Amino acid sequence: MAVSGIVLFGFVVGHMFGNLKLYQGPEAINVYAEHLRTMGEPILPRNALLWVVRAVLLAAVGVHLWSAWTTTRQSWAARGGRYEVWTPVQADYAARTMRWGGVLIALFVAFHIADLTFGTGHPQFAPADVYSNVVRGFQRVPVAAFYMAANVALGFHLYHGLWSLFQSLGWNNPTFNHWRRTFATAFACIVAAGNVSFPISVLMGWVK
Amino acid sequence: MRLTLRVWRQAGPSAPGRLVTYELPDVSEHMSFLEMLDVLNERLTEKGEEPIAFDHDCREGICGTCGFMISGIAHGKMPATTVCQLHMRHFRDGEELVLEPWRSKAFPVLRDLVVDRGAFDRIIQAGGYVAVNTGTAQDANAIPVAKADADVAMDAASCIGCGACVAQCPNGAAQLFTAAKVSQLALLPQGQPERWQRVERMVAQLEREAFGSCTNYGECEAVCPKGVSLDFIAMMNRDWLRNVFRVRRESRATGGAG
Amino acid sequence: MRLDARIPAGPIEGKWERCKFEMKLVNPANKRRFKVLVVGSGLAGASAAASLGELGYEVECFCYQDSPRRAHSISAQGGINAAKNYQNDGDSVFRLFYDTVKGGDFRAREANVYRLAEVSGAIIDQCVAQGVPFAREYGGLLANRSFGGAQVSRTFYARGQTGQQLLLGAYQALERQIALGKVRMFTRTEMLDLVVEDGRARGIVVRDLKTGEIRRHAGHAVVLATGGYGNAFHLSTNAKGCNATAIWRAHKRGAAFANPCYTQIHPTCIPVSGDYQSKLTLMSESLRNDGRIWVPLRKGDTRPAGEIPEAERDYYLERRYPAFGNLVPRDIASRAAKQVCDEGRGVGPTGLGVYLDFSESIGRLGRAAIEERYGNLFEMYERITGEDPYSVPMRIFPAVHYTMGGLWVDYHLMSSVQGLYVLGEANFSDHGANRLGASALMQGLADGYFVIPYTIGDDLAARLGEKVSSDTPAFSEVETGVRDRLRKLTSIRGKRTVDSFHRELGQVMWAECGMGRNATGLRRAIERLPGLRAEFWENVNVLGSGDGLNQSLEKAGRVADFLELGELICRDALHREESCGGHFREEHQTPEGEALRDDEHFRYVAAWEWAGEGREPVLHKEPLEFEYVHLAQRSYK
Repeated sequence: MAVSGIVLFGFVVGHMFGNLKLYQGPEAINVYAEHLRTMGEPILPRNALLWVVRAVLLAAVGVHLWSAWTTTRQSWAARGGRYEVWTPVQADYAARTMRWGGVLIALFVAFHIADLTFGTGHPQFAPADVYSNVVRGFQRVPVAAFYMAANVALGFHLYHGLWSLFQSLGWNNPTFNHWRRTFATAFACIVAAGNVSFPISVLMGWVK
Repeated sequence: MRLTLRVWRQAGPSAPGRLVTYELPDVSEHMSFLEMLDVLNERLTEKGEEPIAFDHDCREGICGTCGFMISGIAHGKMPATTVCQLHMRHFRDGEELVLEPWRSKAFPVLRDLVVDRGAFDRIIQAGGYVAVNTGTAQDANAIPVAKADADVAMDAASCIGCGACVAQCPNGAAQLFTAAKVSQLALLPQGQPERWQRVERMVAQLEREAFGSCTNYGECEAVCPKGVSLDFIAMMNRDWLRNVFRVRRESRATGGAG
Repeated sequence: MRLDARIPAGPIEGKWERCKFEMKLVNPANKRRFKVLVVGSGLAGASAAASLGELGYEVECFCYQDSPRRAHSISAQGGINAAKNYQNDGDSVFRLFYDTVKGGDFRAREANVYRLAEVSGAIIDQCVAQGVPFAREYGGLLANRSFGGAQVSRTFYARGQTGQQLLLGAYQALERQIALGKVRMFTRTEMLDLVVEDGRARGIVVRDLKTGEIRRHAGHAVVLATGGYGNAFHLSTNAKGCNATAIWRAHKRGAAFANPCYTQIHPTCIPVSGDYQSKLTLMSESLRNDGRIWVPLRKGDTRPAGEIPEAERDYYLERRYPAFGNLVPRDIASRAAKQVCDEGRGVGPTGLGVYLDFSESIGRLGRAAIEERYGNLFEMYERITGEDPYSVPMRIFPAVHYTMGGLWVDYHLMSSVQGLYVLGEANFSDHGANRLGASALMQGLADGYFVIPYTIGDDLAARLGEKVSSDTPAFSEVETGVRDRLRKLTSIRGKRTVDSFHRELGQVMWAECGMGRNATGLRRAIERLPGLRAEFWENVNVLGSGDGLNQSLEKAGRVADFLELGELICRDALHREESCGGHFREEHQTPEGEALRDDEHFRYVAAWEWAGEGREPVLHKEPLEFEYVHLAQRSYK
């Protein structure tokens, strides 16, 4: 869970920063997208490294989902009957929504890949023109809303996930422990804010 | 003050259970929660109804015998307090309270609010000790222990094994209990020779029992009557991981030379 | 009945060594042919079961709690004494021995106490090796504190939870033996009777508290480590489940009961707040280091403590005992509190309480210093009473805490029944008429770790090849008796609850046989208790059946035994026409109100033999010789 989480966390951070090129105009982001395909050339053929990265990510997603599923099943089995009343004392919203938030994010990722990588269901999909795909895509209000909701969920998921990571891997040192929550909050906010800014910018007409 | 209690009644391990409502018109604010139940039980007995079974012993918050859910919180809403030390002055007149046993597959209900926590003993059996036979010890001051280490070991060792951590955890996980013992012994020089084997075996036993897995909710720490810290779980996880990557040495000697 | 204490000959320093050498041994390979039943899993029971398992014996261990880790030893707060002399302050085995005999008001057996002091150091070594997190100094070495009745610092402690940590150490050793298959543990299992055949303990009959099943267990030896009988007083600092059933049943099967009237009343407990009170909570004796004890000078003064001017307060301990002040031993502090309350100067809603005031030390040392020393105790006080002891004085009152009496044992810790051993608080051996603070833990562990593992072999060695079986007429007879009694209890269906009988017994015991005792009151109690017992057996109401978990039934059996034991306590107190330690006979006091011993007539252990239902018990005397400690009147002035 933690190890696949680190891989996926690395990806979402990179993905968000990469996408900030949206604000530098069509050329910058399209060149960046093309660069991703040509990474490793001429030693490796075009797209090769991209597919390696995709394979690693896919594996990480698989491991992440599988561990989530097994721990969830284990936990449900461990509860010997439901409480008539159960009152949380410390578990915050983020902790309590890891499972359903995770499901929402998984659904979103599937939609997102179909929409912006393969163009399935996208009204004006142009394979090489990332900029226009994004802008046209977010001009559909329901899609933008879904995108924003999913990224807020991602923020919460990252917040609890990052903090948990320290616990699960035993990165515990009294001198630095108070930074763990700060780190988790900061990265969760940065990733969520960066990602949510794209549809907002499109809807507000800042990015056309 | 007047209170309404809805109490889980279950005649035996395999009998069905249900919540039964009892009215208590005259609760004194000086009573402890268990004394209130004592009074209720006296009245039930006088009416010919079987009293409510609940576990309790020292009533000083140290033996770890007592414990049940009060309106969804293990040991009730007061922090760092077992039910035997919870006093009625913290409740409002007219309040309705729901009393349920610890619910965990690993802690089967025996009767009413009484559960079987034998799983905890089995986790200790798996390695929660230092293997020194009586009489073999060296002088107690032969190995100095840094005060800070001894103090933190004591924080971990203050666990009373009541099971509130498991009961409150949405996952029904027993990481906090296990980690408290693993960490106490890992912090002390006396625990070093068996350190890796201990964490491996105790975690393996933890997984064999019907507990859930930890997802770091932090509920356990919040309800722990002794305030055992979540940090110990991180310490246990680190030791467990370090053990996985540890260089393992195996002796090839066979038999004794006589 | 013949009482032979089997004290080895020779000088006191060599007695234990000599005893160990003279005892017969069981060869390591033969140990597994012997089965030992250990009842109780507190400090004494758990340490005994673990150590015997390590040696190779087949052990079965029983406790009424759901886990051996819950035994009442866990509640001990203050610490454990040991003659380590780590503080370089002049401590020695002899000094610990001397302090213990003197603290016990010269009513303990010298040889036993010396051995206790002798093995005390090894206990600390053992516990540290087990990972017990004792308090330490910054240099990494063990810290000590001082305790009542001693002028050296020899008490080792783990915050205010020493008993817990020592018990968990023994519990872990026990769990290790369980995992190794050397000890079989029976939790939620209560011993209900002892089986004696041809004068020898053959086994026990138990009830599985979960299923109600009655079972027989046979063994080569039976070890009782079932704790004290303070709950005979209903309200005490003991855990609710603490009971005397195992030792009382053994007594009725032939084990002599020694000095039952030696009960310790602890001076610093939280007072009773109402009829519903279920138990009393002890506040560590260490509080008396910085708290000052006082009551109003005037009778019936109901002003709040803060409004009573200094001149109208009576710091009675400081006034009466200028040398020791608030740090006099437990029995003296308790009696003094009773006296001022009897005079009508007690405080609080019931008038049964005295102030323990920290305002002076808070003023002198600052709140932070007091918080560091006693923070957890202050918190506990506030949790229970709802009052903040930093701003208003604590109210305290004495409560029954420990019983020095118990089954009579010889130097080997064997009772008057062959093959029946008694350890820890359940026996009578080491504390005389008053126990010093931090000595109970020492004795429990000494008995379990370092005495019984040696002495049990001496008796077993002669029994090699002897088969044990629970399929004998004696077992059948005892089992039938147990079943009949349980059936009787659930079939009376009278009008009174078990608790109401327990409460009434407690009121009689506390009023007539509590801190101050006199012949008239004791006779009154001895007359009244048979009637209460008869009413119990006609009018008690135990609902449900014996077929499953039934807490009322468990309680009923225990209270029935307390009703019998209570009478023996009173008889012993009546017969002992002197005051010593925890036993204070109002007829025997100095003009200043101090305990007055009568060494000429009462320098003996009173061992009572059960003579049958409705008969007066028979008194046997084991004379006490004091060769090394000079008999003197204790003075703390």
